[in-house]
Amino acid sequence: MSSSVAHADHHHEETFLSKYVFSMDHKMISKQFLITGIIMGLIGMAMSIAFRLQLAYPDTSFPILEWFFGSKWAPDGKLDAGYYMALVTMHGTIMVFYVLTAGLSGTFANLLLPLQIGARDMASPFMNMLSYWFFLLSSIVLLSSLFVETGPASGGWTIYPPLSALPKAMPGSGMGMTLWLTAIVLFIVSSLLGGINYISTVLNMRTKGMSMTRLPLTVWALFLTAVLGLLSFPVLLGGGLLLLFDRGFGTSFYLSDIYLGSAGALEHTGGSPILFQHLFWFLGHPEVYIIIMPALGITSEIIAVNSRKPIFGYTAMVISLMGIAFLSFIVWGHHMFITGMNPLLGAVFLVTTLIIAVPSAVKTFNYLATLWRGNIRFTNAMMFAIGLVSFFISGGLTGIFLGNATLDIQLHDTYFVVGHFHIVMGCAAIFGMLAGIYHWFPKMFGRLMNKPLGYIHFWFTFISAYLVFFPMHFMGLAGVPRRYYAFTLLPEYGVWFDVNVVMTLAAILGGIAQIVFLYNFFSSIFIGKKSGTNPWQANTLEWTTPEERIHGNWPGEIPTVYRWAYDYSNPAYDEDFMMQNVPDEGVEEELFETSKTKVNKSAKKPKPEAVTLFTLIKNWLKPNTI
Amino acid sequence: MSTQTISKSNTWKGGNSPFNVSYGKLMMWIFLLSDAFTFSSLLIGYGAIRYSFPSTPIEQIDELQLSFAENVQEKFANGADAHHGEFFIPALRDSGVFSEFQWPSPDLVFNHFPFAHGLHLPLIFVSLMTLILILSSVTMVLGVEAGQRGDKNEVTKWMFWTILGGFAFLSCQAWEWTNFITAGATPWSNPYGPPTFAALFFLVTGFHGFHVFSGVVLNIVIFINNINGTYERRGHYEMVEKVGLYWHFVDLVWVFVFTFFYLI
Repeated sequence: MSSSVAHADHHHEETFLSKYVFSMDHKMISKQFLITGIIMGLIGMAMSIAFRLQLAYPDTSFPILEWFFGSKWAPDGKLDAGYYMALVTMHGTIMVFYVLTAGLSGTFANLLLPLQIGARDMASPFMNMLSYWFFLLSSIVLLSSLFVETGPASGGWTIYPPLSALPKAMPGSGMGMTLWLTAIVLFIVSSLLGGINYISTVLNMRTKGMSMTRLPLTVWALFLTAVLGLLSFPVLLGGGLLLLFDRGFGTSFYLSDIYLGSAGALEHTGGSPILFQHLFWFLGHPEVYIIIMPALGITSEIIAVNSRKPIFGYTAMVISLMGIAFLSFIVWGHHMFITGMNPLLGAVFLVTTLIIAVPSAVKTFNYLATLWRGNIRFTNAMMFAIGLVSFFISGGLTGIFLGNATLDIQLHDTYFVVGHFHIVMGCAAIFGMLAGIYHWFPKMFGRLMNKPLGYIHFWFTFISAYLVFFPMHFMGLAGVPRRYYAFTLLPEYGVWFDVNVVMTLAAILGGIAQIVFLYNFFSSIFIGKKSGTNPWQANTLEWTTPEERIHGNWPGEIPTVYRWAYDYSNPAYDEDFMMQNVPDEGVEEELFETSKTKVNKSAKKPKPEAVTLFTLIKNWLKPNTI
Repeated sequence: MSTQTISKSNTWKGGNSPFNVSYGKLMMWIFLLSDAFTFSSLLIGYGAIRYSFPSTPIEQIDELQLSFAENVQEKFANGADAHHGEFFIPALRDSGVFSEFQWPSPDLVFNHFPFAHGLHLPLIFVSLMTLILILSSVTMVLGVEAGQRGDKNEVTKWMFWTILGGFAFLSCQAWEWTNFITAGATPWSNPYGPPTFAALFFLVTGFHGFHVFSGVVLNIVIFINNINGTYERRGHYEMVEKVGLYWHFVDLVWVFVFTFFYLI
């Protein structure tokens, strides 16, 4: 293969800088994304523990807070009210964008797309490198806003105007907000460069035999995630541009008739803050699926591998991913039911929102059906994948509550919402990410992670996550509002004080569990057990690469694909798995047929059936009997 | 890697399949799709803001234009030499069309033409700009076609005309902006009506102008590469096609900007 020779020529000399820092190898870039994501995740988690301390013990002084944040933001060991808002804002921004969007998609799209479709690298390795560097720059800009005099942005991660549009509205609306916007613009550039690359890689660089209908579900999920990001982030860019103009050039796109205590009546006329909400949530809702879809794809793969069964309803999984991707663009209004929108429009958004429950339920039932009577191996990755299914169900059900406009008017801006999205998008996606880390750690570093420590990590994280977020639903139903600094002056919420203490202790427990993970992760890089090429007996192409992870992935030719990715426990084969690149020896190839096929050694290789919508549906309807 | 040789296109039979593309061209398509969403968000924002203002009733516009034209002629017949804004707008302000509460009619705002002071020429100048940009798209098509034939000199010629068209468009836009600004428009004030009108005008046409400018820079890079024979050595002129895609996209976006800001 000429291109492999060319690759070998190109990459024979690598310095430390070109190998570890300015790397164009997708595997190294995925590690860079992962490590940056983990660091950002730790920062976000530390913030959450700081403000949970405040919520549980509003009157207690914690000298450690003053030591850490300084006497300006935590005088006498008590968090400053403005800084509490800033921490909440930064926690949301970091977790949503930097950990669960870039950290999750960036890591696994870079690692898995070329490896699982059989490509030597991304379509454009250079743009891929730029994507990481824009992301790193964006992270640095965002974190630098923690150190400006007026503090970081503090109007909530949704940066609604007018708090974000008027630099004088509150301390965090000044320099902090400007840095926030700058960071997000850099982030959008990074996500655009990455997304363009992921999509064209999947569409254009698949190896021979890897038809779209044979792609592992991780690839499908990451591909559709990239499409979502590509189409929704530009709208935030447009909205952010208008916001920048309002902040810097005196326009009034989002501002109208405002009286500011310090400055009197402002001259802005003609704008509407609701416009920003529309533009923001047009990104914001697909963003939720940008976060959860890679995690769902990872889960599909891990559950199939560790149940030793073909994934149940492959085509249904693909179609439901597509359905979720499409529907996510027409539901953003459910974040805005109380903005005074036309009730008819509210009803439309209500219906589209509830329809999303259908593809989500298809996915959940397919996970359960894959697990059903499987030969389950409870690896660490499998535990986290099952944890994701649990969170996806319990968080998804409360989504049906919130999708109803009538209920949402009561529950809006209460802890019910906080509990809902932390479970379905925060915990589920984090569990998907952790599952992916445990599962593909051998592919990244050639070693296995410590299993007992993994179990400890799982159980403590799982239990503490439910302990933190489940009580929030009851608080929300009772009307406890979110974003409040302290409830000491509101005696009607006094019954929740003890619950808050439990939640905070659980959050600290969860934080400690992550230290176990960190130790496990970093020590396993050096002292973990050698994994061999295919530690999980999986089918997909990434496990055909040699142990030493070379630039270009395969030393010789790129493998050819002969079957779909989920041929587990097929009685036609001796082993309980059959890798995608093993040629058929008389086993008749059928697109989605996994039932016992007739062994016909003399048969010629049949011509692959052309894939049309009709055949997709036909094969989908065919029962997958094992 | 995947260098796709471009066969002589049988243009009238539909040409090469649009799906049979190299990853580079695919990336350009995907980028344009994404960029289309950016422009859509700005134009939808424009629509949402404009919708909150009442617009001039259509039957009033003809009448207003007549009175405006008479007004203009009258003033200049008297030898007034000052700029239009100060003289003519107050008269129309009384009739409501340039008030704080009414979205101004573009026919009355954009009615100037270089070296034609005192004439009421609604949308003539912007039509010329549109014509220039569309013509530059035509020359780009010819350049791409020449590239598919592998004709280096033709590519140079047509790229030159495309770049010239781009510069002409940008110059026209500069004149249009200057004219609007000297009438007193800024992002926070607008003699013709609500300030948001001016803010949106500057933002959207500016964002589009920035795209045109980037396109001209890209065209110049391709032009120089072509003169140096880069594509001749490479054996194909796909880069010309890629910037061609971008250029047509910018042209297409202008059609929408023109429609929303000037026609309706």
